[in-house]
Amino acid sequence: MGCVTCVKRRCIYGVYKKRGVDPKQMVDSTDTLCKDCFRCVQGCPRELYQKSINPEYSSLGDGYWKPEVITRLWYLAETGRIPVSGAGYTGPFTGPGFDSIWTDMSEIVRPTRDGIHGREYISTAVMIGRKPDRLEWTGEAEPIGSYPPQLDLPLPILFQPAPFGYYPKETVLGLIEAAGRLGTVAVLPLEMTSRAHLSPATGAVAPRVTSDQHIEALAQSEAGRAARLVEVVYSGCASTAGRIAHIAQALPEAVPGVFIPLHGEAAGEDFSQIVLESVRGGAGVIHLGADIHGQASGPGRGEPVFIKDVIRQVHLCLVEHGIRDQVSVLASGGLAMAEHVAKAILCGVDAVVVDLPLLIALGCRVCRRCTRAIPCPADIPGASKEWVAARIVNLMGAWHNQLLEVMGAMGMREVQRSRGEIGRVMFFEELDREIFSSLGRWSEHDYELG
Amino acid sequence: MSLAKRIEQSSPPRGEPFPLPQVVRTRSRFRNPIAKYRLHRTRACTACGRCVEVCGQGVHFEAGGRVLSRDHYLCLGPDCPRPCTAECPAGALSMKLNPTFEALGDYRWTADLLVSTWYMAETGEPPKGGLEYKIGASGGGFDKLRLLFPKKGRRRASPEDIDTSIDLNRRNDGRLEIRIPVPWYGGGMSFGSVSIRTMVARMRAAQAWNTFCSTGEGGYPERIVPYDDHVITQVATGLFGVREETIQRVRIVEFKYAQGAKPGLGGHLLGDKVTPAVARMRESVAGRPLFSPFPFHSVYSVEDHKKHVDWIKAINPRCLVSVKVSTPTDVDMVAVGSYYAGAHIIHLDGSYGGTGAAPDIAKKNIAMPIEYAVPKVHRFLSEEGVRDKITLIAGGGVRTAYDVAKIIALGADGVCTGTADLVALECVRCRNCESGRGCARGIATTDPELTELMEIEWATQRIINLFAAWRMQLVDILRRLGMRSIRELVGRTDVLVHLDYLRSSRPVPIEVRKEKG
Repeated sequence: MGCVTCVKRRCIYGVYKKRGVDPKQMVDSTDTLCKDCFRCVQGCPRELYQKSINPEYSSLGDGYWKPEVITRLWYLAETGRIPVSGAGYTGPFTGPGFDSIWTDMSEIVRPTRDGIHGREYISTAVMIGRKPDRLEWTGEAEPIGSYPPQLDLPLPILFQPAPFGYYPKETVLGLIEAAGRLGTVAVLPLEMTSRAHLSPATGAVAPRVTSDQHIEALAQSEAGRAARLVEVVYSGCASTAGRIAHIAQALPEAVPGVFIPLHGEAAGEDFSQIVLESVRGGAGVIHLGADIHGQASGPGRGEPVFIKDVIRQVHLCLVEHGIRDQVSVLASGGLAMAEHVAKAILCGVDAVVVDLPLLIALGCRVCRRCTRAIPCPADIPGASKEWVAARIVNLMGAWHNQLLEVMGAMGMREVQRSRGEIGRVMFFEELDREIFSSLGRWSEHDYELG
Repeated sequence: MSLAKRIEQSSPPRGEPFPLPQVVRTRSRFRNPIAKYRLHRTRACTACGRCVEVCGQGVHFEAGGRVLSRDHYLCLGPDCPRPCTAECPAGALSMKLNPTFEALGDYRWTADLLVSTWYMAETGEPPKGGLEYKIGASGGGFDKLRLLFPKKGRRRASPEDIDTSIDLNRRNDGRLEIRIPVPWYGGGMSFGSVSIRTMVARMRAAQAWNTFCSTGEGGYPERIVPYDDHVITQVATGLFGVREETIQRVRIVEFKYAQGAKPGLGGHLLGDKVTPAVARMRESVAGRPLFSPFPFHSVYSVEDHKKHVDWIKAINPRCLVSVKVSTPTDVDMVAVGSYYAGAHIIHLDGSYGGTGAAPDIAKKNIAMPIEYAVPKVHRFLSEEGVRDKITLIAGGGVRTAYDVAKIIALGADGVCTGTADLVALECVRCRNCESGRGCARGIATTDPELTELMEIEWATQRIINLFAAWRMQLVDILRRLGMRSIRELVGRTDVLVHLDYLRSSRPVPIEVRKEKG
């Protein structure tokens, strides 16, 4: 247009200079490099530049796995960094699920922990497994009986595959590799472990079994005997207790766990009752599994409830029965962000099991084309084991650091101690009612609202 | 000149009306201000000049025998009483939403709020129409609270008789008696996080309004010494640039225990922004990131805290002490502790505000929003019988004059501004203040070239104008509520409703309830 200096040249981020085609997404790179400063829009003498929201961005994911969540997970998996930005919070006041919780901070009257800059050590380690009520000793100071097996994790996060997505061998191996590097475990259905032709033995796999034959098969294989956690899918109280006993006998080194699906066929079940029975049946781990939106079937086939409410209910029930410390509780489903880990633990679990975020770390857009057997647009099946592992390790590194931020602000030195610490959580529903239900009263006749 | 003498000269005597600073129209620094509506003219235009006649905003104009449009941001959109689109005899005009407008803003600062704040900073008045300038779209807190204006009632006072001033020292302890003519002052933004021009402009605007502006934690640059009487010097955990003379120079000293941008976490200035000038001011090394620890490692109890306050009071025997804290669950205990430690001002910084670079996880999740903290603290201090001995300032998420009125009705005496000042300087909230060279628009940067993008005169006037528009709205709100002073509004929760509890609630103000109990 004949301007001496075009606004394009004045872009401080050099967006136009670096302009090209993003080969992966086949879009103009200006879209991905632009930092929204609006200077070209506001500076061009001919008003040639406009910005608009990319409709493809808005259509990412669904109502729970929002575009912000998905792109945030991509960023974390790529960089491993804690996202930092200026200018305050930009999101909604509150939201469903975990977004209706704020975590506490400490100030003046309670000390804080400066974890993130390494000044003070904050431990994120957790011990998963059945714990005896007390230890007994012989006269010679020898412990009586054997201590149940424990799964010692450096961070309160386990892995499992998402309910959809392609999981070819490389992807599964990458997932296991990442779990191994981080010292945690990947809970995998038995058929998936055999697909990955697991050998030699790795303690990073926690097989999930549905029958006694499975347990038998595990006991026969080297890989199975290396497992530190074996989960039984809940199938009625008697048969589950039988399988727990079977694991304890056939695989004595593994922590026996019960996976309780909270949705689908489980509609109308009283989960607290199932949990109590499973603990009595000898389970060391209770894994509460909601759907990917964190939804669990409501009591008596009522409205679905969010996983955080099931966690609180189960935690309290175990506390009331005086057996909370005997067993570890895990939760999965709807855990999408680092803060969800902290919030789930504050609501009462010992650790969480993440699924879909690991797939998103590999580029998943939650388009669910895989459920219709259409090729994956992100070509996850084509990714190498090393790349898969690196992306997942990055994501978990970023989550770990963010967990430290939350713990430090609360002044907590150990993640273990924050379990069920409801006093350090603020629930939107309670606060909002407490503060706002006693304001003025509106009558159309007397007042106008402004 | 002695401090006492200076203060005598700078503050008008009590009771005399404060001469409001002059509003001067101050257009956008950018060629194309962003408009909500855009008018399109087809070739059917006969240049009859009808649109020029009917438009009260001057959007259409004649030039060289043609009729053209400019300054679309002035268009009132659907609120226009005589729309040019309907009046055009040739049907050549149509109005559309500007797609760029939709790409602007977020839940808290919507595009409407940004553009209307820019309008206020330009004209010193609230927008005439077409923009939602009172609330954002966060779906809670301020955005669901509404003021209850009686349809009938007491005769409304004339705007000149409305008093918007507040007292900052209510302890009656022989220290300075300070009254500011508007219920706000500028919150801390350090040199380093913002440019020296932004800092000076905020100080100058504070001087023009006879209020204050905090230095933030980044030292006391020479350039702001002329505005000493309007500076609040901040003492924060990193103690950057804190010296005896900076404490002695000012009328208010602020202890920053925590900030709403990152409650419970320390400050962090990234290495890129630590230029040689910033490093000199902070007595550190250029190019190296700077951390302010959290918390004060010398304060682990209210007693330690009192020792801190006493220390400041001994160094400056006349100054007031403000304590800036964030909002934990026990914020009420922190507040009463600060009162017993001898603070004059307790400044609550809510978790949704802040301007500084902060981890996103902290901004979203840690500590409670200011809308909850203020009524909690107000109620607790009232019950303890000390509410009228301390000034309660709320910050962190106050975006509009309506937010100011709402938070005062919830129990604050006044507010602290931060992001709103930056928006007046045409911040678009792109949130890249912390990375690389900093703000592309020259506001929150220390890059010498980017700093040049903004003139101090322009910036000062924009903030003055915004405050004028806010005060105008506040006066209007008080009149409609049948009040004469902003001090009457404090804690009057009965003039508020929350849309989720419209009819269920009972109009009992907090003090009354306490007496009954």
